[in-house]
Amino acid sequence: MLRLRQFIDRAGWPRIIIGLVLLSLFVVAPSVGVRIDASLMDTIIRFGMNGVMVLAMIPMVQAGCGLNFGLPLGIIAGLLGATMSIELGLTGVAGFAGAIGMAIPLACLFGWGYGVLLNHVKGDEMMIATYVGFSSVSFMSIMWMVLPYHSPTMIWGYSGQGLRTTISVDGFWSKILDNFLAIRIGPNFMIPTGTILFFALMAWLMWAFFHTKTGTAMTAVGSNPDYARASGISVDRMRTTSVILSTVYGAIGILLYEQSYGFISLYNGPFFMALPAVAAVLIGGASVNKANITNVVIGTILFQGILTMTPSVINAAIHTDAAEVVRLIVSNGMIVYALTRATRKSR
Amino acid sequence: MTQQQPLLKMQGITKEYFGNRVLTDVSLDLNRGEVLGLVGENGAGKSTLMNILFGMSVITQTGGYAGKVYIDGKEVNFQNPFDALKAGIGMVHQEFSLIPGFTATENILLNGEILHDNIVTKLFGPRLKTLDLPEMRAIAAKSIELLGVEISPDTLVAEMPVGHRQFTELAREIHRPEMKVLVLDEPTAVLTESEAEVLLTSLRRLAATGIAIIFITHRLQEILDICDRIVILRDGQVVKEIATHDTDIGQVAELMVGRSVDTKASTTATYDTQQETVLAVEHLWVDMPGETVRDVSFEVHKGEIFGIGGLAGQGKLGIPNGIMGLCPAGGTVILHGKPIHLDDPAAALAAGMAFVSEDRRGVGLLMEEPLDWNIAFTAMQVQNKFLRPLLGGLIKWRDDRAIRKVTREYIEALEIKCTGVEQPAQELSGGNQQKVCLAKAFAVEPNLLFVSEPTRGIDVGAKALVLKALRRYNSENGTTIVMVSSELEELRSICDRIAIVDEGRVAGILPPAATAKEFGMLMIGKLKNADDKVVSHA
Repeated sequence: MLRLRQFIDRAGWPRIIIGLVLLSLFVVAPSVGVRIDASLMDTIIRFGMNGVMVLAMIPMVQAGCGLNFGLPLGIIAGLLGATMSIELGLTGVAGFAGAIGMAIPLACLFGWGYGVLLNHVKGDEMMIATYVGFSSVSFMSIMWMVLPYHSPTMIWGYSGQGLRTTISVDGFWSKILDNFLAIRIGPNFMIPTGTILFFALMAWLMWAFFHTKTGTAMTAVGSNPDYARASGISVDRMRTTSVILSTVYGAIGILLYEQSYGFISLYNGPFFMALPAVAAVLIGGASVNKANITNVVIGTILFQGILTMTPSVINAAIHTDAAEVVRLIVSNGMIVYALTRATRKSR
Repeated sequence: MTQQQPLLKMQGITKEYFGNRVLTDVSLDLNRGEVLGLVGENGAGKSTLMNILFGMSVITQTGGYAGKVYIDGKEVNFQNPFDALKAGIGMVHQEFSLIPGFTATENILLNGEILHDNIVTKLFGPRLKTLDLPEMRAIAAKSIELLGVEISPDTLVAEMPVGHRQFTELAREIHRPEMKVLVLDEPTAVLTESEAEVLLTSLRRLAATGIAIIFITHRLQEILDICDRIVILRDGQVVKEIATHDTDIGQVAELMVGRSVDTKASTTATYDTQQETVLAVEHLWVDMPGETVRDVSFEVHKGEIFGIGGLAGQGKLGIPNGIMGLCPAGGTVILHGKPIHLDDPAAALAAGMAFVSEDRRGVGLLMEEPLDWNIAFTAMQVQNKFLRPLLGGLIKWRDDRAIRKVTREYIEALEIKCTGVEQPAQELSGGNQQKVCLAKAFAVEPNLLFVSEPTRGIDVGAKALVLKALRRYNSENGTTIVMVSSELEELRSICDRIAIVDEGRVAGILPPAATAKEFGMLMIGKLKNADDKVVSHA
């Protein structure tokens, strides 16, 4: 009994409730004709696709900049990397690596500007970040039309200029990590080993960063900026560093997402990418000023699991094609729920 | 004084905050039309006493008080300020509690407006009664006039000079006919000298109408000018109650500051005036809110414990904060012959100085983080201690084992009571948190240590331990220490020399053996110009 209470204390009720709901969905699934193995595979793949973007939340939360609602900025850096890689005709590993290689400098640049901006609005970071995300998406909607891309796989066929809303990465680097060392069991189950390993690598790098001198300073800045300043830390520089790191992770995260998804979504694609990542990390038990990798792993599994299972189970149960409606209700409901859980731990 | 029943009588008032006794058996009484001066150092218990009288929630929430309060011979026990207001007690606080966007009239009659019925109130109830503005204006004007100042009742508070705001606040208290006792907490602190004089005159006039006044101020001259009697508090006890015409400013200052002169004056073994100068400060100014330093120069010798004292708000706290780069500062600071770049905490730390901040929770600690982080962080960031270089120094990896080891050493050496190195700092008591702050500074192994208010808000036992730790660190390592404290006794017990700061300047530097009177005179800025001040008032 005592151990149970300790477990509940450590895990927190929200996670236990959502975990039980997810479990019950898996239990109910076979009775309405939904295959468990396929659902499980979907959950794992979605976890791999989204994991790095959720990891991107950690640095800014730890540095006291709040949740990165401006994640679309990083995503745009990733999209630019992806489209430039295709424009150059790079395929396979070179294509994916090239995309990452080109996205990172852009993400650093964007993140630096974004960080400087956030240093001017201390206390209102999350509000401003949301608008940074939205306005950068709108700005890029113009740029996708104007930028001089020529690759026929990407531009509109009828006008000969401007990028399409959805670009297939088939033939370039589609599923390049999903298929790397993939474990296939039967016709309906596969583990995307490469994607999971890549996520693990990114998580390990994040963990390692927070064990260095700079990472320690970043955590201290988030915990008490006055203390950090009195210890000779430049608070603004640390905050900017955290924003850059978060933006870079956002850029890499979207590339991981695209290789698994198979498509690049431009224009309004990045618009609502921040909210699921924010919701996942909050459901995983992070607060507005404390987050760790366990929060990310647990939160992403729970959030993506519910998102995968609810529509298919409900759809099958009521025999109507309401999947999209249910998915929207569930995902936005979870986001609202997560945001109400967004606690600022008391100083 | 007349032998009639006193208007206000406080008897045997005792108050503890969390086991920390701040008032012990305080008794005073006050007659009609009398002006009583209440003086004492910061933390002597003046505010607590007045909070009890006014029924402030901070008192009831912390377990109430012992003792009795009588008004007109009837015992009262106010649960909240409204009860006190009803009983005729008014209070003017140090900070203004006025609404800036309202006129003087509206502020004065706030919640006491003159109301009339109209047609709408018949239908919708009394909340929609009409204000009788002409009548209100007349009342406001009358009470302003009583003070002897000229303020238009229609002026917005936001547009008034500070002095007029103070008078408006006063007018608000006195317009009520039931007003019997008026408490003024540092009313002249924000006023210019001429405004203060007008205020004092109007207070005398108020007293003549039968209102009793309790007057709290640090400006002793004002007390002597207008009070009939003076009650001196020290460490929560009434040390002396004296009629004004039987005393002088020197005696009051002495009573306020010192236990008699027999306090053991101590000099540390390592101290020697012939020692080289470690720190030279010249014309330092610091822009620290509420603690402005205007022009401070002093020198600190090697191995010395140098004390900086003075009343709150005079700038003593600004000195270390300015030198350590935490507040905007200017002037020259020379450490070991090398000038220190101000406005840069990293440079100050790199030069070998360390600082234990007076703001323990705000600046001194990472409240949510474990003790080992708290203690090792500054040394790690400034001196690259507790780090392991990886990949040829490219990556500086945190050495958690070394951090825990050093933390355990300090926990043992300073007797920090905790469950272990992993305990978050916020779970510790104030005294133990202070020891963690000291450990943090010690871990940097500074050659000059600033300690600011090291015993503020901690109990007596912990105070002694903290002072002992400082003394030992000084004698064992030969570290020069500059200690800033509001408690003069504490400074006198540990320091080799004590500078007293007044109005942002060093009023004088005294040995700890100097008399309490000398310290008191410096604190109230009356040593050099005491004579001409008296003349100007005569």
